[in-house]
Amino acid sequence: MTESVVTMNKIHYAYDNKPVLSNVNFEIPRGALMGLIGPNGGGKTTLIKLILGLLKPDNGSISLFGQPINKFKEWNKIGFVSQKSNTFNKGFPATVFEVVSMGLTAKIGYLKFLTKQHKEIILQAIEQVGMSDYAHQNVGNLSGGQQQRVFIARSLVNDPELLILDEPTVGVDHENVQRFYDLLERLNNKRNITLLLVTHDTGIITEHATDIVCLNRTLHFHGDPKEYTSLTDRDLSNFYGHPVNVVSHDH
Amino acid sequence: MLADIIEYDFLRNTFLTGLLIGIIAPLLGTFIVVRRLSLIADALSHVTLAGIAFGLLLEKKFAATIVTPLYGGMAFSVIGSIFIEKLRGVYKAYEELAIPIILSGGVGLSLIFISLADGFNTELFNFLFGSVSAVSQKDFLSILGISIFVIIVIFLFYKELFTLSFDEEHASVSGIHAKRIHFLFIILTALVIAASIRIVGVLLVSALMTLPVASAMRLARGFKQTIILSVIFGELAVVLGLFSGYYFSIPPGGTIVLVSIIILLLSISAKRFTFNSKRERESA
Repeated sequence: MTESVVTMNKIHYAYDNKPVLSNVNFEIPRGALMGLIGPNGGGKTTLIKLILGLLKPDNGSISLFGQPINKFKEWNKIGFVSQKSNTFNKGFPATVFEVVSMGLTAKIGYLKFLTKQHKEIILQAIEQVGMSDYAHQNVGNLSGGQQQRVFIARSLVNDPELLILDEPTVGVDHENVQRFYDLLERLNNKRNITLLLVTHDTGIITEHATDIVCLNRTLHFHGDPKEYTSLTDRDLSNFYGHPVNVVSHDH
Repeated sequence: MLADIIEYDFLRNTFLTGLLIGIIAPLLGTFIVVRRLSLIADALSHVTLAGIAFGLLLEKKFAATIVTPLYGGMAFSVIGSIFIEKLRGVYKAYEELAIPIILSGGVGLSLIFISLADGFNTELFNFLFGSVSAVSQKDFLSILGISIFVIIVIFLFYKELFTLSFDEEHASVSGIHAKRIHFLFIILTALVIAASIRIVGVLLVSALMTLPVASAMRLARGFKQTIILSVIFGELAVVLGLFSGYYFSIPPGGTIVLVSIIILLLSISAKRFTFNSKRERESA
């Protein structure tokens, strides 16, 4: 049996009495590249916040790396690139190197400074996302896709075992989306990072993911991409509550 | 002026104090600008004026010398900064509302203290627009102390302040005590403003915290470079501003700001000739 990095058991969550998640049972096996899809307001971001411990479920239990979430301490095992990452202040005068170095701030701790070793780790992470040529450019001058790579590198410096990305390809043009997914696959295969990816690219994700999860208040589908693509349009309409076109990534 | 600086104590104090605030105002100003808090500096400088007026009132009415205008200004500035933080918490969706509230409160209080003291003309004028002759030995030593404190704290907490300025949410999630670091930052801001007022004056103190940074951001690559360039521009503005203010008998606040604006205009037009921007265009 494969070990799971996240286990959610009978999760219920409501914002001001409006249920967002009800009876969600869900597992992320180690080594997965999981695509989390579903309509807006279907609870995708809430689910992520629960995993990150930013919200507490009203009911049900969550385990991270086999430990109950309230006992879990190794938060640096989990990297997170938020949806907000691409709304940062584009005029902020920081180089790629400086942005990636921020990933280490908390780990290094107060009253301590970046050492040569840290600098190596930072340069390595920048190389892994293919941004070495831009290490000393201001991050605001890069394209949306390049900026997302930088934010992934900022997570990589902490050597995460699970990397969560919330709609990382919003505002990235089509050609670069493809390269972005190639990068994610590389991280998944070469560094054995488990990935959870919230996305609207229902077409492209099925080409790259090992697992697809479809969430609209509760889980409507959990399986491999082949099964997902074999679903009929009518099945999908039932999940979403309205008709959908599976190949919606090139809008 | 150089000979005069050596000869007259008060000029030497002014000059050395100018050199100090030419470092600390742009240094802290870089963090203030990138966090889009430039207007907070303005609000706090007006609160500082209330503290200065309070100090002057005590001096005049009660001949009390414990609360000098500098210390009065500092105390009010720190209290004002705490109020701004509270107000920003109360009006989460309208964080900028804290600024007019505190700014008008500061001006209102100043007016009351000034009229209670039946007006104090020359000295007040010096505080509003800065002065080349206002710095006493005692004030200089206080400002020296503040400067050393501010520089050490920024040095020690540089990576936290930087991380917090770039992405507050990420900073909190990754385990940095965002609230405490921010509080430290706002206290530093209050201290720097109080220290700078002697030279540049209440009305123009925010200029010394923002204009050199605005110029540096056009030319620098990265945050550290921005800080270094800001400090260089700040020093240039203070030195040239103090000299020209002294020679033409103009309050140095005015001349320092004008020099800063000239530097800003030069940096805006220089940008297009730099190697820097060429490389950036290629990579875009």
